[in-house]
Amino acid sequence: MSIWVNEDAKVLIQGITGRQGTFHGAKMVEYGTDIVGGVTPGKGGMTVSLHDRMVPVYDNMREAIEETMAEVSVIYVPPPYAGAAIKEAASAFQSVRGGGLVVCITEGIPILDMVDVVDAMASYPDVRLIGPNCPGIITPGSSGGSKIGIMPGHIHRKGRIGIVSKSGTLTYEAVAQTTGIGEGQSTCIGIGGDPVQGTGFIDCLEAFESDPQTEAIVLIGEIGGSAEEEAAEWISANGTKPVVGFVAGSTAPPGKRMGHAGAIISGGKGTAAEKISAFKSAGIYVADDPSVIGRVLADALIEAGLRDS
Amino acid sequence: MNIHEYQAKNMFRDSGVPVLEGVHCKDVDEALSAYQKLGRGTVAVKSQIHAGGRGKGTLLCPDTGDVRMEGGVKIAFSEDEVEEYARNILGNVLVTKQTGPEGKMVRNLYVEAGCSIAHEYYLAMLVDRSANSLLVMASEQGGVDIEDVAENDPDAIHRIWSEGRNGFTHLQCSELGSALGLVGESCTSFSELVVNLGTLFVDSDCSMIEINPLVRTESGSMIALDAKVSFDDNALFRHPEWENIRDLSEEEEIEVRAKETGLSYVKLDGDIGCMVNGAGLAMATMDVIKLYGGEPSNFLDVGGGANEDQVTTAFSIILEDPNVKGILVNIFGGIMRCDIIANGIIAAVGKLGLSDPLVVRLAGTNVDEGKAILESSGLNIHPADSLAEGAEKIVNLIQEAA
Repeated sequence: MSIWVNEDAKVLIQGITGRQGTFHGAKMVEYGTDIVGGVTPGKGGMTVSLHDRMVPVYDNMREAIEETMAEVSVIYVPPPYAGAAIKEAASAFQSVRGGGLVVCITEGIPILDMVDVVDAMASYPDVRLIGPNCPGIITPGSSGGSKIGIMPGHIHRKGRIGIVSKSGTLTYEAVAQTTGIGEGQSTCIGIGGDPVQGTGFIDCLEAFESDPQTEAIVLIGEIGGSAEEEAAEWISANGTKPVVGFVAGSTAPPGKRMGHAGAIISGGKGTAAEKISAFKSAGIYVADDPSVIGRVLADALIEAGLRDS
Repeated sequence: MNIHEYQAKNMFRDSGVPVLEGVHCKDVDEALSAYQKLGRGTVAVKSQIHAGGRGKGTLLCPDTGDVRMEGGVKIAFSEDEVEEYARNILGNVLVTKQTGPEGKMVRNLYVEAGCSIAHEYYLAMLVDRSANSLLVMASEQGGVDIEDVAENDPDAIHRIWSEGRNGFTHLQCSELGSALGLVGESCTSFSELVVNLGTLFVDSDCSMIEINPLVRTESGSMIALDAKVSFDDNALFRHPEWENIRDLSEEEEIEVRAKETGLSYVKLDGDIGCMVNGAGLAMATMDVIKLYGGEPSNFLDVGGGANEDQVTTAFSIILEDPNVKGILVNIFGGIMRCDIIANGIIAAVGKLGLSDPLVVRLAGTNVDEGKAILESSGLNIHPADSLAEGAEKIVNLIQEAA
């Protein structure tokens, strides 16, 4: 098992004829993702060549889902149209299939558009949104797997560690280190660094907790907001699997936005120190340095009796 | 993106949020005619910079560093005082607790009519990320540091939330007014103001509006005596008018230039320059440098798809900082290929020259090609296999060179 995405999930690409959509579409197919089609309004009837496969383009999500029975959509639509693309996908999945997964990679969506989107998602209770501004989700398979997003596929390996992170490249760092100590990943999710987003840490933790393939979790946060503190509280009350945590931004000055829209210490709140202390009091194994995530994970697995020393 | 108080007040005026009459001035003569225009009564002479704490700030002469005046916001009762204050403000450097010790050059002035104040309140509107709505925070304790109120008397801050991105209802705002002790006409005036502010917030894609103080006058009406407005940069594509009110001289020139090249750069106080791909990894790189006893001179995210030119620009921006004594490059190639980064580094060093130590850590896509390119370049580049090794190396190299 894995969470939310199986190795053989059928996936659509919104914005498939754009530069990003075509480029990453090919990378996904190359990895083994079952891309069954795409949507670009006005380009229905075309086909797009992705690596070694030709995939059909549809004018809208409803038609695309009806034709392909896809269960996942990944969005590479530019920021002005991305909010509408998410809502279209959610509405179509809910009405055609009774649910689905929408992964929005797009960076730079206005925050009020996202407030509107998250509000609208309440009408589609069986559709999950991951992102925006995120690397996506990947479930490595025994051979190939399902890579839905922009992460480098080759560093992943099927295994028992669930990884959730706000940051893209820092997730790769954590993935490479779990692979480096001989472990693999059940599912890796980048939830993104925007202040208003779909899936949060706690959704991922709940899913990992009830996934039999996942035996330990790596949780990577960063400064800003209070999602890390809330995750720590959840773990403290509900967690049974070992969790390794890291928080980026110990040295970030207050009031300065560190790349991500959400990564800002404002009014003295959202500091790394507060988050790390919340992690520690929830029994999370904290890595002070991202280079030691692998080692801390190995120790945590040994302590939990899940690995020989 | 931030704007000046006088610009924010123009927006308030157009949106039905009451403000006093005022005139934006660029020099002393304009300030004097503004005084004339406002009826020669009591006026406020206010420094315009993109930072708070102006009233309690200090104005310094930019050449000598001598103190010109205490307080960047002054009440003037005569033409002579207007002239004196305008002279001491314009062209001088205002240091407040938000500007840092280097302060900010004041190029704009706002001369505003006075009013008789019965009470000062605090009001802020922002996006509440956890509630997924707009949030208004208001307090009867205005004109003071709201962080202090939050710390010492949290119950004195009242809150209302909107339904999604829709603004606020009159009823909600009226109830908030009552919580602040407002009655009758003042309460109506307050709720009108907040409803209109909500509309402005949404229509103009604001990320924050702060009014401190919001005042009740002796006659019972509510007036925004200060105005701080920030916009959501992501919404620039639907607000071409922002280009006209943007004051680039208020922004760090180097940060603006970085942004134009697609880089995200923030200057810091240390001596180790860093170039990293990805915001999270860039923050983590700064943290690890510090862990090994060094101090980063910047945050720099080259983004997911940097090309050779961007790498060269990133290097030149890092090297412009005279404090830099060494550079750590940390790349985890995903979509970004390590060979492109390696070629970019060689091009940048060739173009800019480099006498300081350079440590490069490459991992991920095409890492072997990248390492081979650097190795065969003959340049004095110190390779590292992990972030920790890279940070330790650069800290040691700088210490050895010192």
